[in-house]
Amino acid sequence: MRQTNKPAQPDQIKNRDQVRKKNHAWAAWLIITLGSGLLILLMAFSITMGAAKIPLSSVWDALFHFDAGNTHHLIVIDLRLPRVLASALVGGAFAVAGAIMQGTTRNPMADSGLMGLNAGAGFALSICFAFLPDLSYMQIILFSFAGAALGAALVNGVASLRRGGATPMRLVLAGAAVSALLAALSQGIAIYFDVAQDIMFWTTGSVAGSNWTQLKIMLPWILGGLLGAIALSRAISLLSLGEEVAKGLGLNTTTVNALSSLIVLILAGASVSVVGAVGFVGLIIPHLARFLVGMDYRFIIPSSAVLGALLMVLADLGARMLNPPFETPVGALTSLVGVPFFLYLARRQRRAL
Amino acid sequence: MTDQYKKIEAYKRKIALRNTTIIISCAALLIISFIISMNTGYSRLSPLDTLRTLFGGGTDKENLILFDFRLPRIVISILVGGGLALSGCMIQGISQNALADPGLLGINAGAGLMVILYVLFFGAQSFLSIFTLPFLALFGAGVTAVLIYILAFKKEEGLAPMRLILTGVAVQAGISALTTVLVVKLDDSQFDFVAAWQAGSIWGSNWKFVLTLLPWLILLIPYILFKSRVLDVLSLGDEVAYSLGASVERERRRLLAGAVALAASCVAVSGSISFVGLIAPHLARRLVGPRHRILLPICTLIGAVLVSAADTIARVIVQPSEIPTGIMVAIIGAPYFLYLLARNKQ
Repeated sequence: MRQTNKPAQPDQIKNRDQVRKKNHAWAAWLIITLGSGLLILLMAFSITMGAAKIPLSSVWDALFHFDAGNTHHLIVIDLRLPRVLASALVGGAFAVAGAIMQGTTRNPMADSGLMGLNAGAGFALSICFAFLPDLSYMQIILFSFAGAALGAALVNGVASLRRGGATPMRLVLAGAAVSALLAALSQGIAIYFDVAQDIMFWTTGSVAGSNWTQLKIMLPWILGGLLGAIALSRAISLLSLGEEVAKGLGLNTTTVNALSSLIVLILAGASVSVVGAVGFVGLIIPHLARFLVGMDYRFIIPSSAVLGALLMVLADLGARMLNPPFETPVGALTSLVGVPFFLYLARRQRRAL
Repeated sequence: MTDQYKKIEAYKRKIALRNTTIIISCAALLIISFIISMNTGYSRLSPLDTLRTLFGGGTDKENLILFDFRLPRIVISILVGGGLALSGCMIQGISQNALADPGLLGINAGAGLMVILYVLFFGAQSFLSIFTLPFLALFGAGVTAVLIYILAFKKEEGLAPMRLILTGVAVQAGISALTTVLVVKLDDSQFDFVAAWQAGSIWGSNWKFVLTLLPWLILLIPYILFKSRVLDVLSLGDEVAYSLGASVERERRRLLAGAVALAASCVAVSGSISFVGLIAPHLARRLVGPRHRILLPICTLIGAVLVSAADTIARVIVQPSEIPTGIMVAIIGAPYFLYLLARNKQ
């Protein structure tokens, strides 16, 4: 089996060894249970922090004995809770989108931000703001999906036009150029139609504006996407062994690829429509998950969801605490964490051109 | 033997003729673009009026429009375009990397960070800013360039082109994140200034900025043209350059420093404009081939035409407001970059 394949790259062999040795189901369950517990604690802590300090006991009261006359209760229910929930959902969605992309394309540097999805969705949003200001949030989300699809299609199209197909490096470069183009177009639209302030928030990324209406509309999309990802996880594990191997094992790769792309678009598009272009969550988290639980995507995807949610809630907390009373854009914080990691990955890439 | 010699001579003459034609047509293009640019804008001046004003016969209003608003801006766009293109051409030659560009190498981002820091501490309207900005931008760009150089350099492989660009993209992302964190602390007027800078609107449209930029160009451009033979040697690859007797690392560092200084001083005046330094050298190379002695001047001319044309379009397309020139250049330049990426032969 090992010799039948094309030139055996050191990376592949290492991966295969990992498949055999490191497939820690227990680690995955540990992350999922412990991580969820930690997530709930962190969310509770995050709710208590902010301009007005609210004791944990009033948070509890606000949730279970809500009193509309109590300011603290109102802050918790109307401002902090939707925000924390949104960051958790979005973090999970970005991370899972990244995991799926990395698995299906075997590209260690796949991330919705790097592959042009975020910029595409942002471009669609700026069009919405400039030309169709009366859209409901539901329609905005649909536009955002279309934009993400446009960005992804451009990047993949350009990167795979050349003979030799899409390599990780070429995808990243195409992603950078497409993002630059789409960002320039959005900026041009924003300046011309005088909606720069509204769009600024999307280009930097912030969960500050999230509210229950958004959350209600976004929730089914993201939960659906996550469930779909888990349903596909077995097939994604096979795909991550390579297209030929997956076909040989009887997988309908075309269907799986199409379905996973759809899920990625939904997850990234919905997330961007709420928080804007937050990059690098989808890059870091799947690597972390893979390091912890091995190569099986049945474990990687749920773990990524939990870890991504944790990272995003943490980043949002940091964004609020760094420079009160101002908000630091979350996207900037995740980039500051993500860039060194990206550099590390880029250095490790072996002449993969 | 003599036959062969004659053939070579004839070929040389042909090339020389071709190059002269190309230089002349590029210069003509630049002049045409200059004239068109002078005649376009929100307040309309007919070509005749423009001509009359140019030779001193204009009314006060016409003088104001032409000499205080349009001309400085056009001159700056030409100088900046030429400077950025030249810098890009050098960086591509030095790194033997057809996809390199000062903007992609983080020079804009580094310079931008310093601009924001400056605005944060001294305000946007401070008198000193016009003359100190290039130095600050230069400092920021220099630090960024050194950082990228160190991060992308591997002992066993040297400076691999793809890794250089990837590192540039990443460092740029990191610096823009830092920038965003800082932008939050700005007040409204500061924010407007920084936003305009980042979008590459040629914001410094008065003669003072021309004066600030000129000394840098006057110093750097002759030096670079003087070094064109070294660039030729370097672009053949390290091994060949060594065996031809060049002190590769030293020359490379000097020339890189020159390119960074050139780009940074341009960007300080114009705001963040990318893609010029990428496209212009490619177009130039298509026209005249890889010899830097002819490539560098052609490239400079093309860059100047490109930016002044983009600036004119940016002023005309959405009157009475205007799109920042940098955005216009990106809208033209990014598709070309994608095309190069798709076509680039291994």
